[in-house]
Amino acid sequence: MTTVSSTVTVVRPGAEDAGGAARRVRRSLTSRTASAVAIVIALLWTTPTFGLFLSSLRPEDQIKSTGWWTFFSAPDLTLENYQQVLFGTSSSSGRMAGFLINSIVITIPSVLFPLAFAALAAYALAWVPFRGRDWVYIGIFALQVVPLQMALVPLLSFFSEGVSVSGVQLLPAWELEGTARFAQVWFAHTCFALPLGVFLLHNFMSELPGELMEAARADGATHGVIFRAIVLPLVAPALAAFGIFQFLWVWNDLLVALIFAGGTAETAPMTVRLAQMAGTKGNEWQRLTAGAFVSVIIPLIVFLSMQRYFVRGLLAGSVKG
Amino acid sequence: MNLDFDFAAEQPKLVQLLLGVVAFCAVVALLLLVLDRAPMRRRARLHAAVLLAPALVLLAIGLVVPAVRTTLLSFMSGDGTAWVGLDNYIWMFTQPEAVTVLRTTLVWVALVPVLVTAVGLLYAVLVDRTRFESLAKSLVFLPMAISFVGAGIIWKFVYAYRPEGADQIGLLNQLVVASGGTPRQWLQEPPFNTLFLVVVMVWIQAGFATVVLSAAIKGIPAEIVEAARLDGASPVQMFLRVTLPSIRPALIVVLVTQSIGTLKLFDIVRTMTGGQFDTSVIANEMYNQAFRYGETGKGAALAVFLFVLVTPIVVYQIRQRREAVR
Repeated sequence: MTTVSSTVTVVRPGAEDAGGAARRVRRSLTSRTASAVAIVIALLWTTPTFGLFLSSLRPEDQIKSTGWWTFFSAPDLTLENYQQVLFGTSSSSGRMAGFLINSIVITIPSVLFPLAFAALAAYALAWVPFRGRDWVYIGIFALQVVPLQMALVPLLSFFSEGVSVSGVQLLPAWELEGTARFAQVWFAHTCFALPLGVFLLHNFMSELPGELMEAARADGATHGVIFRAIVLPLVAPALAAFGIFQFLWVWNDLLVALIFAGGTAETAPMTVRLAQMAGTKGNEWQRLTAGAFVSVIIPLIVFLSMQRYFVRGLLAGSVKG
Repeated sequence: MNLDFDFAAEQPKLVQLLLGVVAFCAVVALLLLVLDRAPMRRRARLHAAVLLAPALVLLAIGLVVPAVRTTLLSFMSGDGTAWVGLDNYIWMFTQPEAVTVLRTTLVWVALVPVLVTAVGLLYAVLVDRTRFESLAKSLVFLPMAISFVGAGIIWKFVYAYRPEGADQIGLLNQLVVASGGTPRQWLQEPPFNTLFLVVVMVWIQAGFATVVLSAAIKGIPAEIVEAARLDGASPVQMFLRVTLPSIRPALIVVLVTQSIGTLKLFDIVRTMTGGQFDTSVIANEMYNQAFRYGETGKGAALAVFLFVLVTPIVVYQIRQRREAVR
């Protein structure tokens, strides 16, 4: 089954130079209409975000009574919305600082754990020859079709009730209270990330030259050493790509957090809080706009600073459906 | 103003984070230690078992067993105590509220992949090889980094409604009023409110299509284009006969990925309408049934149906990927 362990389409560097078709097509389409259409699309794609950002800086009474475009005739900016939504302690404020910390506490392990476990598993599947390897690989690979919705109810009961078969308790409930419930979210995110993670990293690892491993083994290196000293550094770009995807996925996730972290200030991430606010305080735009912008700015920074890896990963097929 | 935010109260969270990371490092260190101690010459199985153990255990607990249990639950009553045969599935396909959910999901799947691909392709072709290409692509690509919740709020603000006569605060109603129309509650009037939600999804995903298709367009061999040009192909012919066939694999990748993502869509609907006004989709209804109404059986049936819908698409996607390699 070597065909399965093949790589996915990645744009080769040389392909950049061979884009004559594109040039031709563009040259022919380059006209005023073409540029106008491109500009309209670009405007449609940026204006809503810009409007939100500008609104988050306007005083409350103005946000609620006039459109953000009136800013240009009557400019008036304030940071009060941000202070309120982040640090305000009245029940109507966002108390977003606490949820921001929750998001960070959820995200770091939820990226680290699947990255490590997927890398270990991918290495075994690519470079440790054992009987039944192909079947294990196909099994993990096939799990990509399972939507996480299939896992939610039973996994939650696994945490809250443990495992019992016909009345015999095999595993106890986790009975997590308070901040310990973060562990549930880490666990869930790690499980859900593994099929894609193993698949992607296996693609990259199986591409590495076999002579490297042979030479290392001949020198008496153990799998642990080969994994750490040879494989990990070589697949670093793949790790970065998968890491960014997992980061964005976890940071932006609503469903998993709703179910496994709950809705309290103790463990819920920003997305859950924002969804709550959009529902119950749907007209408190001064808090919604500022809150949304706080939640959006961190992935944007990560994204912009690591866009190269992101695009590479994306072209290698690392999109969780 | 009341700003006495209690930072000390946040400390237990950071302790928890530290505990989690330390425990994780201990596990990984232990695994590597075992690996280093185990003799290399023999028993590849042992090495493999050590390396694969964490992933396999987690997958078994987190995906395999739950998927089987969910399938069983879908044939049971709401509280999971009695077998009810196909009742949950019959409910799904006959009860008006459930059928509406399925129909809305169908609208989503029919529209989003096609629109995302169309916009992405158009934009990729338009900005290709222009001076501002990378900036232009970044602008459209940025929403990819934003959460669906964040995007939902951004667009809810665009659709915001104020009664006629008052100053509008939402951009869309402002445009409507400025051109002489009456403001409307876009998200509350079925059946078109779903279309306004679809716009949000297209807005988020178009950047993905742009990047993938743009890379494919740049990968078209120069000789093919040259030959077509020498044959005197017009720009439209060039696009239809050369560009489109050449980027067919990339188009399929975009269509397939978007179909899967759209079927599982949850956040946008949940944030913007909460599934009211006939906007609920399968994943949202699954959440409602299983976690809000305590109807585990119905929720499970919806999850199984989602699985049945997604499977052929994912299988097709995987086969495409394998072909792309050969």
